Amino acid sequence: MRRVVVTGMGMVSPLASSLDETWTRLINGESGAGRITKFDAETFPCKIGCEVTLGDGTNGTFNPDDWMLPKDQRRVDDFIVYGMAAATQAIEDAGWTDPGEEEGLRTGVMIGSGIGGLQWIADTAVTLKERGLRRVSPHFIAGSIINLVSGNVSIKYGFRGPNHAVVTACATGTHAIGDAARLVALDDADVMIAGGAEGTICAVATAGFAQARALSTKYNDTPEKASRPWDKDRDGFVMGEGSGVVVLEELEHAKARGAKIYAEIIGYGMSGDGYHVTAPAPDGNGGYRAMEAAVKRAGISTADIDYINAHGTSTPLGDEIEFGAVKRLLGDAAGSVAMSSTKSAIGHLLGAAGAVEGIFAIKSITDNIVPPTLNLDNPSDSCFGINLVPHTAQEKDVKIALSNSFGFGGTNATIIVKEYNGD
Amino acid sequence: MSDIAEKVKKIVVEHLGVDEDKVTETASFIDDLGADSLDTVELVMAFEEEFGIEIPDDAAEKIQTVKDAIDFISANS
Repeated sequence: MRRVVVTGMGMVSPLASSLDETWTRLINGESGAGRITKFDAETFPCKIGCEVTLGDGTNGTFNPDDWMLPKDQRRVDDFIVYGMAAATQAIEDAGWTDPGEEEGLRTGVMIGSGIGGLQWIADTAVTLKERGLRRVSPHFIAGSIINLVSGNVSIKYGFRGPNHAVVTACATGTHAIGDAARLVALDDADVMIAGGAEGTICAVATAGFAQARALSTKYNDTPEKASRPWDKDRDGFVMGEGSGVVVLEELEHAKARGAKIYAEIIGYGMSGDGYHVTAPAPDGNGGYRAMEAAVKRAGISTADIDYINAHGTSTPLGDEIEFGAVKRLLGDAAGSVAMSSTKSAIGHLLGAAGAVEGIFAIKSITDNIVPPTLNLDNPSDSCFGINLVPHTAQEKDVKIALSNSFGFGGTNATIIVKEYNGD
Repeated sequence: MSDIAEKVKKIVVEHLGVDEDKVTETASFIDDLGADSLDTVELVMAFEEEFGIEIPDDAAEKIQTVKDAIDFISANS
């Protein structure tokens, strides 16, 4: 199979509207959590989230006008604006904004979302009930369905290769990068723009996750303390929003045009729990098998893994199950790996999580530093024997990094990325 | 310029994101102002909202220029 490398990266996160600023703040141990401002959450058990901070685009704020014309913004839900911003950054970073006719046919897009335009769907339901059919926007469907990040990116840049969108809940971003890398490896495309986008901090989604008892509710007055993976006092996840997008490219194609290469995608594994719609299987077998498949595909030993960006959502059940699966996978090598959950800083970006976290895994390789797990004051009793990078980032020589994502429905995905050293 | 004409032009500028001087009375929404089929539906909705009228689908289909819109609204509001 053809080798696949990463030649561009872009991000909009609760910490900042660019990758560089997000990474700096992440390494500094900053939190993107705060009280929800996007709707009135006073009557909700969870009143906190990790929102993208709107502003004029300076100091890390997100200015939608920098990425889409105001008239186009009105026609799409937030997740599409975030996705367009991250994709634009990644494509510009890769120097692939104008590939031309032939290369455009060999360039595809696979940017997914876990939930899509729920905010607009909810608003439209109200409009329909209160004001009738003739007040429903003609842009509503095309502005809220999940594959319209991929659609809009392809239209903007003339990328006319495979156009696809993953929808696997919180595993979306990882599946998108893994699946898109396969399309490049299998010669369906030379370049794929891949990732995830989510913008679901709205009343309906928050109500739904709250009723599923998935959200943190104990830290409404100290939002930055709420996301605390593996900590004894964790009580649920904190919803985040944003987007992560990478440019994946066939190695020889990247070399031929002199593109800068951040890392190589060497492993991808998938599995299903076959157990429960929301709860992970207690034995962690699903996550274990996804990681095992990725390691096998990568052709590496588990001892070669230097850093793991865990799924680690800060829910009571999931964190320890993943921890156990990782420990089982690594065996004696568990003592030398560093594993952290960056959801402690940016919350859970749902369908964008895997893409954003995959990028963090790549950054750990290029910068040789691993981001911290914030708020890990007292690890749960079962969570010992692995360096969970509590509180502060650690310098570490990272050559191979693994990133996990698990989603509702019992879907699991793992990618493994490796330093590219010119071979 | 009539009040109606001014309001129509303002709506067109806002919804299509075009320069005001391009919105002449003879300008076609699709051919001259870059609108697509979804945009024209949205424009009609905006006219209905602004002028408190209902524009039936068969009438809406005939509204293709700024002047068409002004004429229909003038005759029906």
